[in-house]
Amino acid sequence: MIEGAIWRRWVFSNLPLILFVVVLLFPFYWMIITTFRPDGELYRPWNAANNMPFWTNKPTLEHIYYLFEETNFARWMFNTMLIAAASTLISLFCGVLAGYALARLNFPWAGSLGTLIFITYLVPQTLLFIPLAEIIRDFRLGDTPWSLILTYPTFLIPFCTWLMMGYFKAIPKELEECARIDGASRLKAMIYIIIPVAVPGILSSGIIAFTLSWNEFIYALVFLSSPDQKTVAVGVTSELIRGDVFFWGSLMAGALLGSIPVAIVYSFFVEHYVSGLTGSVKG
Amino acid sequence: MAEVTVRKLNKMFDTTHVVKDVDLEIRDKEFVVFVGPSGCGKTTTLRMIAGLEAVTSGEILIDDTVVNEVPPMDRDIAMVFQNYALYPHMSVAGNMAFGLKMRKFAKDEIDKRIKRAAGILGIDELLHRKPRQLSGGQRQRVALGRAIVRDPKVFLFDEPLSNLDAKLRVQMRVELKKLHERLAVTSIYVTHDQVEAMTLGDRVVVMKDGWVQQVGEPLELYNTPANRFVAGFIGSPAMNFADVNVVDRGGTMWIENPGMNVRVPDHLQARMKPHAGKPATLGVRPEDLHIATDADPADLTFTGEIEVLEQLGSEILLDMRAGNSSVVASVEPTLRARVHDKIKLGMNPARMHFFDAATEAAI
Repeated sequence: MIEGAIWRRWVFSNLPLILFVVVLLFPFYWMIITTFRPDGELYRPWNAANNMPFWTNKPTLEHIYYLFEETNFARWMFNTMLIAAASTLISLFCGVLAGYALARLNFPWAGSLGTLIFITYLVPQTLLFIPLAEIIRDFRLGDTPWSLILTYPTFLIPFCTWLMMGYFKAIPKELEECARIDGASRLKAMIYIIIPVAVPGILSSGIIAFTLSWNEFIYALVFLSSPDQKTVAVGVTSELIRGDVFFWGSLMAGALLGSIPVAIVYSFFVEHYVSGLTGSVKG
Repeated sequence: MAEVTVRKLNKMFDTTHVVKDVDLEIRDKEFVVFVGPSGCGKTTTLRMIAGLEAVTSGEILIDDTVVNEVPPMDRDIAMVFQNYALYPHMSVAGNMAFGLKMRKFAKDEIDKRIKRAAGILGIDELLHRKPRQLSGGQRQRVALGRAIVRDPKVFLFDEPLSNLDAKLRVQMRVELKKLHERLAVTSIYVTHDQVEAMTLGDRVVVMKDGWVQQVGEPLELYNTPANRFVAGFIGSPAMNFADVNVVDRGGTMWIENPGMNVRVPDHLQARMKPHAGKPATLGVRPEDLHIATDADPADLTFTGEIEVLEQLGSEILLDMRAGNSSVVASVEPTLRARVHDKIKLGMNPARMHFFDAATEAAI
């Protein structure tokens, strides 16, 4: 029986998990190995006798040097950081207030308004960038960080609003009623009681919003044109793919370095993040 | 020190009428309990007094001031919620201080009040803990402490003991009673538990379907219920009811049904007269039934068959069938009887209740 149990655990739990981890982490591994592989190995035919696709014996930093010396990578990182942080802050501020209003204030049409906000989130960006491009041009914001800081919230605010609405709804309303009997106005009850309790929810929507704007591609591609205004996602792909020439080493180096800040943000808040998504309010 | 007056209070949720014409005067320092089955409007009434629900029509007065439009923060009340509603991110002391901070009390005054309340409730040791580190009973105490430090005009309690286990509930009930004696603050308490209502209340308000059924001191409700609902709701085990017909036998009123043929006690004769020939409901509490002896007049007894015998130690509950009605009798623990035994029960004539079959009002 015990042997049977071990066998079963391996087949139904351990092996699928291992497979899953490998599938998830392999692209990351490929990114790392390509970053440090010299060009000579990178462009070696796959059937060459000395081809070692999964390992290199001569790691090199030349691709990273190239990235920083020959392209505006540092500048792209700064742009991306600035744009992601600013649009996340704007979206969080609006999302928290709107989510609270939709969850707690009993105004007419609150329910349908909530649904409407959600529907705007469903409009595909691949369509929305066309009218938005027109607006950006009319306001003369093209090729400035503002073009993204102001357009990212169009999909981030609905997202944050919905996440926060759900989180606020999970907070017992007696907490707030008690605060209001205790002498707090609605605003003070929100600031001193509801928002501190909702911190895990705010953090998780903040992280997701930050990641979404960090990874955003289409708007950045359309609204920014000069090399020193670009974000990492657009900069790397437009400057390191020239015609049909792919600078694989530097491309992967850019992708690797570009994903580090997001990884750091995640690892920092991972505990809050999980409790935010599972919506637990500890009484 | 405060009186609370409620006049013709009504509450509609959309098209549902949940509180209907409630009239009530709560005296200074009085402990009033609202009791009733769930959905009877008791909590809604309390929440309107607290200012958490808007009033549809009618008036609420605290100390002769109409407070219908006064926000909860300015009514000078404190409320204890069923789920305690402790602020999870604040320590016990922080929870208790919050209301005072919002009202801009000085720091040392806040500390003094917290110390005093913690002393009264025996939670001095817990002041630095977070709510999640407390047991149910301790949370309940903190919720009480948060109300006490405010030194409000009125305490409101919304089923505060419902989340506690049975033993703790009894213990906290006693403590609440002591606390009220010590603080002497007007209190309004909502519960669905009639035992809590009877033990805690100076007066009890019984509600059903949004209507106030009866307002009175606990024993008044027990002894002279205004209608069949109150009679059945107050008291445990519940009052026995039997559908009977009132008949006039040469000027004397009798009640009869297939298992029973009983003369109406003298003090009720006159009141029963107009009901002659009509159906009525007889109500007798289990504790007012006894094993009949020869001394019992034959016209106050009936025979029933034991269906279930519940030994409680201090008493025996007999679930019996008499004619077409089932009857519970509470009898001396010395009784030796078995299921299916036929037993003759006598009623205490002074403690028989009659209700109009149509209106359910007491006769």
